[in-house]
Amino acid sequence: MSLNTLAPREVSRRIPASGIRRLIGQHLSELVSILVAVALAIFFTSQSPNFFTSDNALVLSQFIAPFAIFALAEVPVLILGEIDLSVGQMYIVSPFFVTYWNNAGVPVWPSIVLALLVCCGLGLINGLVTVKLRVPSFIATLGMAFALRGIVLIYSNGAPTNPIGSGMLVNILGGWSWSEAFWALGLAAMLHVMLRGTTFGLHIVAVGGNTESARESGIGVDYIKIWCFVLCALLGGLMGILDGYHLGSLDPATDGLTFTFYGVTSAVIGGTALTGGRGTMVGACIGACVLGMIKDGFLILGTSSFALDLVTGLTILLAMILNVQIERATSMRGPRGSFGQAVSLVFSIFTRRGKGRVRP
Amino acid sequence: MTPNGGTNGPAGVEDVLRTEQISMSFGPVVALRSVDLHLQRGEVLGLVGDNGAGKSTLVKILTGLYRPDGGRIYLEGEEVRFRSVRHARQHGIETVFQDLALVDELSVYHNLFLNRENTRGGWFRFLDNRAMRAAARRFLDDIGVDIPSVDTPVAKLSGGQRQAIAVARAVRQEKIKILLLDEPLAAMGAKEKSLIIGLIKSLSKKANISIIVIDHNYTHLFEICDRINVIQRGQVTMDKSLSEIKLEELIEFMVQSFRREVATGAAK
Repeated sequence: MSLNTLAPREVSRRIPASGIRRLIGQHLSELVSILVAVALAIFFTSQSPNFFTSDNALVLSQFIAPFAIFALAEVPVLILGEIDLSVGQMYIVSPFFVTYWNNAGVPVWPSIVLALLVCCGLGLINGLVTVKLRVPSFIATLGMAFALRGIVLIYSNGAPTNPIGSGMLVNILGGWSWSEAFWALGLAAMLHVMLRGTTFGLHIVAVGGNTESARESGIGVDYIKIWCFVLCALLGGLMGILDGYHLGSLDPATDGLTFTFYGVTSAVIGGTALTGGRGTMVGACIGACVLGMIKDGFLILGTSSFALDLVTGLTILLAMILNVQIERATSMRGPRGSFGQAVSLVFSIFTRRGKGRVRP
Repeated sequence: MTPNGGTNGPAGVEDVLRTEQISMSFGPVVALRSVDLHLQRGEVLGLVGDNGAGKSTLVKILTGLYRPDGGRIYLEGEEVRFRSVRHARQHGIETVFQDLALVDELSVYHNLFLNRENTRGGWFRFLDNRAMRAAARRFLDDIGVDIPSVDTPVAKLSGGQRQAIAVARAVRQEKIKILLLDEPLAAMGAKEKSLIIGLIKSLSKKANISIIVIDHNYTHLFEICDRINVIQRGQVTMDKSLSEIKLEELIEFMVQSFRREVATGAAK
């Protein structure tokens, strides 16, 4: 006996969403971030003639690229429901690894490769401590961050130095002014394909969404987690080398945690869930754009550097409140409060989910 | 009252699953005394019993989650000892627990194909979503599960649809012989129930899969099952096919034994 005869066809059957509707429905948080980004762009353009210029586009790209790469590094880890707080310190320490190998007599090129391999090794330690020793990743990677800070300060004696290398290599690795932006774009494209188009990416989402059922399906949960920590450390280390050549100097005393949190913030603004299971590379890039514009825009407006952090903080909060509320309003859990109701009403027009929604 | 119940129907070669004197204790607590149970090919067997009677312990043994203290399990006439859930699964025993074990964030077809994805591109293992989508659609149509779109994230489906997807995923395994369902109809509306009942019936009749269902609701069991076993105090106390027993008789039997238990408990 076929089921279709038993169950009338209209049983909780929603009209299958058309392409655009489905796109909007599934990528709502990214879409909201784009709206926020556009709003910010319009705001800054209206406030200053210097914002929408080619000169500022370069400056903007240099703000956004590091945020984007940190965010790209964090997204897989965050989807798993973990966090890597050491990525920013990996960024500080990796150019010093290059210097170390070079001083040990290794040529520049291989030194860079070796430095990145060391970063991978450190990421492996992060992963193993989290997965095998069952230390929460928050603590495991925080410990790693402090340890790395200690290592770099001891090694350099706290004195700033210059990165090793010159010529073409340096230009490719961050020396040329648009270089970082291209790296960010290239990595974003690659990682996007990895996350959305490969079994590895699918398994990351599966593990983050429901670890137990992923394990029951035979997915190597530990293996996936460890590789994501390695990937995160590798990207942090790469970013450090890029920025080292970009800035032309290395300051061991820079606080890496700030950079970590720029990455995490960008990822979260772009719709990645801190609780795991959800996140996209595209969203991370959009989040980085939002954060970069906030930083760059308020600088152009002449906000004093003391006030800048305050304004940045408040803008992030505002963006996130909007994001979370819209998410709530359009999710199955239903809207909360009058603001949520209002947002729900507006968005039901776009997504048509307000009417046809099946109440649990 | 016969301790083992009468073994109705031909117990023998036809049985896909047979257990003999399965027993299990947790410390001083005896969960299963001696369970003799048999299951024929394409049969739907209902397990009834009060909380703590040993139903779930029995199911966990058959799933490979627990190892029994004593007794034997025969699968198609051969004795087996399950070391793990995976091991039981390799023998063709699939279980759908109440938590369903679906990944809410993933689409229906990704859930169906999780860790058995169609890929191309060799080492990189790119997902062949088009092939998976088509195969999922075909498979769900075959077993009669009606889902608006296989692209829908599982989180957006109703309880009945989620249950249907979980069952479909279990049934998709090539080796499947026996499906264990833990309260498949709990907390579901009337239409949802008919969806699942229809699915279970079509699986047992068309796909020839043997199914064991646990449910507290006797009415449900009478709709789904071919045979019903009552488990009380770690033993099968009644084994009747639906042609031999009416719903009222089963309820009467349960009430009587409950009264007896209360009486003996009071006597102590």
